[in-house]
Amino acid sequence: MGLLSSVFKKNDQQKPADVAKAETSKKEVKPVVDKITVGHVHMSGCTGCLVSLADNYGGLLTILDKYADLVYGLTLADVRHIPKMDVALVEGSVCINDKLSVEEIKQTREKAAIVVAVGGCASYGNITRFCRGGQQNQPQHEAFLPIGDLIKVDVYIPGCAPTPQMIRNVCIMAYLLLKGSPEQKALATNYLKPLMMAAQKGTSACFCDLMTEVIDQGLCMGCGSCAAACPVRAITHEFGKPQGTRDLCIKCGACYNQCPRSWFSFDVVSEFESISELIDTVMK
Amino acid sequence: MGAELGKYKSCVSARSTDKAILAGAQDGGIVTTLFAYALETGIIDGAIVAGPGELPWKPKPIVATTVEELLAARGTKYNISPNVSLIKEATRSYGLDKVGIVGTPCQMQAVRKGQLYPIGLRDVGDKIALAIGIFCMENFPYQSIVQLAEDHAAMKLESVAKMEIGKGKFTFMSERGAVVPLPLKVTHKYEQPGCHVCLDYVANLADVSTGSVGSPDGWSTVFVRTKKGDDVWAKAIAAGCFETKAIDSVKPGLELVTKLANEKIGKNQKTVEERKTFGVGKGLRIPYI
Repeated sequence: MGLLSSVFKKNDQQKPADVAKAETSKKEVKPVVDKITVGHVHMSGCTGCLVSLADNYGGLLTILDKYADLVYGLTLADVRHIPKMDVALVEGSVCINDKLSVEEIKQTREKAAIVVAVGGCASYGNITRFCRGGQQNQPQHEAFLPIGDLIKVDVYIPGCAPTPQMIRNVCIMAYLLLKGSPEQKALATNYLKPLMMAAQKGTSACFCDLMTEVIDQGLCMGCGSCAAACPVRAITHEFGKPQGTRDLCIKCGACYNQCPRSWFSFDVVSEFESISELIDTVMK
Repeated sequence: MGAELGKYKSCVSARSTDKAILAGAQDGGIVTTLFAYALETGIIDGAIVAGPGELPWKPKPIVATTVEELLAARGTKYNISPNVSLIKEATRSYGLDKVGIVGTPCQMQAVRKGQLYPIGLRDVGDKIALAIGIFCMENFPYQSIVQLAEDHAAMKLESVAKMEIGKGKFTFMSERGAVVPLPLKVTHKYEQPGCHVCLDYVANLADVSTGSVGSPDGWSTVFVRTKKGDDVWAKAIAAGCFETKAIDSVKPGLELVTKLANEKIGKNQKTVEERKTFGVGKGLRIPYI
């Protein structure tokens, strides 16, 4: 106590008067009034999604500064229980053998207006689909489900890891949806629509989706997007069509969702130039 | 319709001033010349193009980082080259910060979807420095090209010097000077099925799009669409890379481009509609939302 107070006292004494003044006057403005509240809920995932969020670097600070308050996050916010929030970014699948995980995902649904499944595990199970249990120190934890199998999910951000830019875009669009002008709300709605449709579509993903939903449906035109998107390089093109090494597939959903013939919104993509500029502007 | 040609800032008929490029170009040598200029001036570090593959006339997407590689990729191959498959790799193994890519309208759609929805394309979107689109009525699987050349045009693919679609014909020209024009009526059934739901003829989402239609032989029609496209096109013109003519001064001009665009979009919109009632009380999936 003595040491602490002496340190603080010393600091106080050293602080020039004008700096102290500036700080007081700053407190009176309310730059955060229109922010949305966002939480990062960590289920069974590798923290890669959180790293991706952080990999927006300065952009993450801009988001936290201008658009979103981080009200919950295992490593980033000192909050024990899941609070009420506008947007929950959920990483990882749910271990249904773990009572706390099940309880937390249910609470997330209750507390959050919008639940976003961030990454392959939350959306589709991804690598946790392959768990057979036996790992230390909870060998009995063997059953993992994408969060959509337990709660209603509003938005998917597929991929392993989901890209920093996708997480950034969804954060910006969520902000515009909740706080923007009618025009911005319309844009955000259009932008989020396919990701909401993905959330409604289901909780399983595989390279096979390209076969069953694109090639078999007569829609593939061999652009190559799937191969570029695959994080494990499982996809090559033979005579212009995707071939998957299915044993390599981790079921992250990147290939199918990157494919322009899985879903394609002319409303959004035709405006790529203005939307990219908008994103650049708001991130400044 | 009105939207069939997409948004554009300017449209001209153009031809490369580089005789060496023109010698092996499909039409006006626009793509090769623009990429070569962009490469030499540092606007791009490399470009994803349809380079030569292992089999005759089978393209293989390559990341060209030299003008020689660009030259080797000149000309239209009329079969599938999954150029977008390299879009991430170009920024990784090749280490490019400014990527050029050429592609069909659907590939431009893929690139733009990838920029706005980079599901599996981390740090790629802002590295796409120049996307050149080519006019496209439809594409063919490689095996269809084999079938057309060898079965219909009676030429070994190895001996085909040039292929060309225009004036209602798919024409095969051999090294020894044989010219076999196949009516498109014959070639239609060999088209790639995925092309029949495509609603874009002149690569509406490219920075710059180009194709032979609308311009005289040996020239290309060029649409400059975006700020990036406008910037690089203006610089290339200033550097003397192209000779140009006003599009309304050439025959057949934009009228034909508009007509063909509407034909393609109309036909394919019908195909999309028909998918809804394809089966008995069951339809096929439609990607557009």
